[in-house]
Amino acid sequence: MRKDGELLVAQGITRRYAMRRGVLGRSVEVRAVDGVSLTLERGRTLGLVGESGCGKSTTGRLVLGLERPDDGSVAFEGRPMPTPNTPEWRKLRARMQMVFQDPLGALDRRLPIGAQVAEPLEIHNVGTPAERATRVAELLRGVGLRPDQAARYPHELSGGQRQRAVLARALATDPSLLVCDEPISALDVSIQAQVMNLLVELQSRLGLGILFISHDLRAVRQVSHRVAVMYLGRIVEEGEPDEVLHDPAHPYAQALVSAIPHPGKIGRGIVLQGDPPNPADRPSGCAFHPRCAVASALCARETPVLKPRPGDGRRVACHVAQGEIAPGTLQKAA
Amino acid sequence: MSAPLVAIKGLRVSFDGQAALRGIDLDVAPGESVGLVGESGCGKSVTWLAALGLLPGRASISGSVKLDGQELLPARPQVLDRVRGGRIAMIFQDPASSLNPVHRIGKQITEALRLHRGMDGPQARAEAKRLLDQVGIPDAARRLDAWPHELSGGQNQRVMIAIALAGRPELLVADEPTTALDVTIQAQILALLQDLRKETGMALVLISHDLGVVADSCERVCVMYAGRIVEQVPTARLFEAPAHPYTRGLLGALPPLHGPRRPLSAIPGSVPEPWAMPPGCAFAPRCAMHVSACDAAVPEPVGLARNHRAACIRATLPAPHPENAYA
Ligand SMILES: Nc1ncnc2c1ncn2[C@@H]1O[C@H](COP(=O)(O)OP(=O)(O)OP(=O)(O)O)[C@@H](O)[C@H]1O
Ligand SMILES: Nc1ncnc2c1ncn2[C@@H]1O[C@H](COP(=O)(O)OP(=O)(O)OP(=O)(O)O)[C@@H](O)[C@H]1O
Ligand code: SF4
Ligand SMILES: [Mg+2]
Ligand SMILES: [Mg+2]
Repeated sequence: MRKDGELLVAQGITRRYAMRRGVLGRSVEVRAVDGVSLTLERGRTLGLVGESGCGKSTTGRLVLGLERPDDGSVAFEGRPMPTPNTPEWRKLRARMQMVFQDPLGALDRRLPIGAQVAEPLEIHNVGTPAERATRVAELLRGVGLRPDQAARYPHELSGGQRQRAVLARALATDPSLLVCDEPISALDVSIQAQVMNLLVELQSRLGLGILFISHDLRAVRQVSHRVAVMYLGRIVEEGEPDEVLHDPAHPYAQALVSAIPHPGKIGRGIVLQGDPPNPADRPSGCAFHPRCAVASALCARETPVLKPRPGDGRRVACHVAQGEIAPGTLQKAA
Repeated sequence: MSAPLVAIKGLRVSFDGQAALRGIDLDVAPGESVGLVGESGCGKSVTWLAALGLLPGRASISGSVKLDGQELLPARPQVLDRVRGGRIAMIFQDPASSLNPVHRIGKQITEALRLHRGMDGPQARAEAKRLLDQVGIPDAARRLDAWPHELSGGQNQRVMIAIALAGRPELLVADEPTTALDVTIQAQILALLQDLRKETGMALVLISHDLGVVADSCERVCVMYAGRIVEQVPTARLFEAPAHPYTRGLLGALPPLHGPRRPLSAIPGSVPEPWAMPPGCAFAPRCAMHVSACDAAVPEPVGLARNHRAACIRATLPAPHPENAYA
């Protein structure tokens, strides 16, 4: 049964792509997202972290219905996601918006930003032209831009101002869900703080549910109520940001946390051996086992499932963290 | 500080009449590690490109860059050819200047060995293998024949470092060496740079926009803003006693890992455009401590403690930063 605040529920979503190796190479299947379940509530933020290629952006596209999962289901505001490009889907799309990493790429260089913020209102036939103009001014003010800046072209704004303009446009149709895919990675540190503050403020004002995709755990802690750590298409740990950051349970989450540059940190922490995995050549069992310092033979055989661990109920997919086996030394033996 | 290996004084660079560097003073001692941080466009890369004579002809450059007392400016090819890749090696930020995709990596390393150490044939190949071993590439002998696309991003970055080490540099300038890499791989590369510095005794200049990265790996940090160094500080002191309001701002803007979550003390506004530089302190329009005297003249660096200087007329005032999560 759907709980009251539930905005988005994804269950076991999977997305496969065919990837060809070289010009004549045979095509191999890549499972970009492999059985991901997540829930997002109104007014809350779920942070999604993990290394490049682990499936974060694909997950974002799936929950927005921009792509259909090969398996599993997505429900938005209690109803199953309609088929892409149907009228029903288009109507729903106004309620969910995506914000990308590169604000300059997301904006049309030839149009002043005011016109771009007005665009979704025109597409969805919201209000009279005069009402739209008022709304644009209001939206710009809401993201900390001045209404007179509506006349500016994207290249006449700073990076942070551009990302504000992108947010204003995303908010034009009054969405209840925002998927932010690396929204601050392209910005300078001092500007990142401005945008994070703005997201938190907009959320408390508008009650948005936010999926915040990032590789930056500090940023995720700052804006999220929960965090999910992905590795090779799967969620391997999920919990409250401080639980996961201060006491990560999964060996991969432990490595991620210890890789956070941290002034004054003692020693160098866990430095993972090996390279990021190749999704086209997924290791057997636990996909992390070739890089894992505590893997055992079982880890190479059996895929651990994401479930609450005995004791504190932290959701983690790891045989060792679940206490099913003692820490092993598979890596050193190899 | 011992006699500097590299001494930069009053370095100024402008492009088409617009200033990019507005007077850089920076010494690097033999064997030390210095971090250079600051927002995009503040001049981190241009500082070292100018020092090594790598800027395009239309850049106008003045000031002094000395290597062991020898003046490198104005750039003369005979001098710089021996310095670049030899005594000073640089790993570039620009992805276009990374590995050449049409040459095997072994060839790219032996080429550097031939150029800087006159090595050839089996001797060069053996040294190339040793370098790959040194930068932590497994199965080095076989990897010499690999193409760049057969290696991961992190491994390619290791090869770049191996090429930089080929000339046995006394100083390695690494410009954003980990920005394109995943966090766990970033940690590997930073650890490698530390190990290499200990092994070889070379000095390291690490350029990054990430204060955390720099503080993790450097003994000393230089914070740049709008073409100037606004603070030079030993890393240990950076978090206890940041002096320049911009440095404090950067620390406050970094989301903490512990404690309650509250709005970050973001620095308002953005970096001034080169054609609209404020008359006095370039940070004045964004500065919470600004007074009218700040606009009178560009603040000179003031010594605050050993090896600690800040270019702010109010830097001597004790103003502990309440948001600083590391104090
Ligand atoms: N349209 C596509 N066709 C083929 N493969 C794809 C496609 N989109 C994504 N992939 C593959 O799916 C995997 C997951 O990609 P995705 O972009 O979701 O990762 P990500 O976690 O967002 O990475 P990053 O941090 O680099 O943005 C990758 O291996 C990628 O190459
Ligand atoms: N070849 C060039 N021609 C014209 N202007 C240039 C050139 N190279 C750099 N600049 C300008 O000089 C200033 C300093 O650039 P620099 O590349 O040193 O910045 P940076 O601190 O390295 O920034 P980032 O963090 O983005 O790499 C910028 O305003 C830049 O636009
Ligand atoms: S211990 Fe096993 S299951 Fe847990 S992360 Fe390591 S390899 Fe995976
Ligand atoms: Mg992505
Ligand atoms: Mg640069």
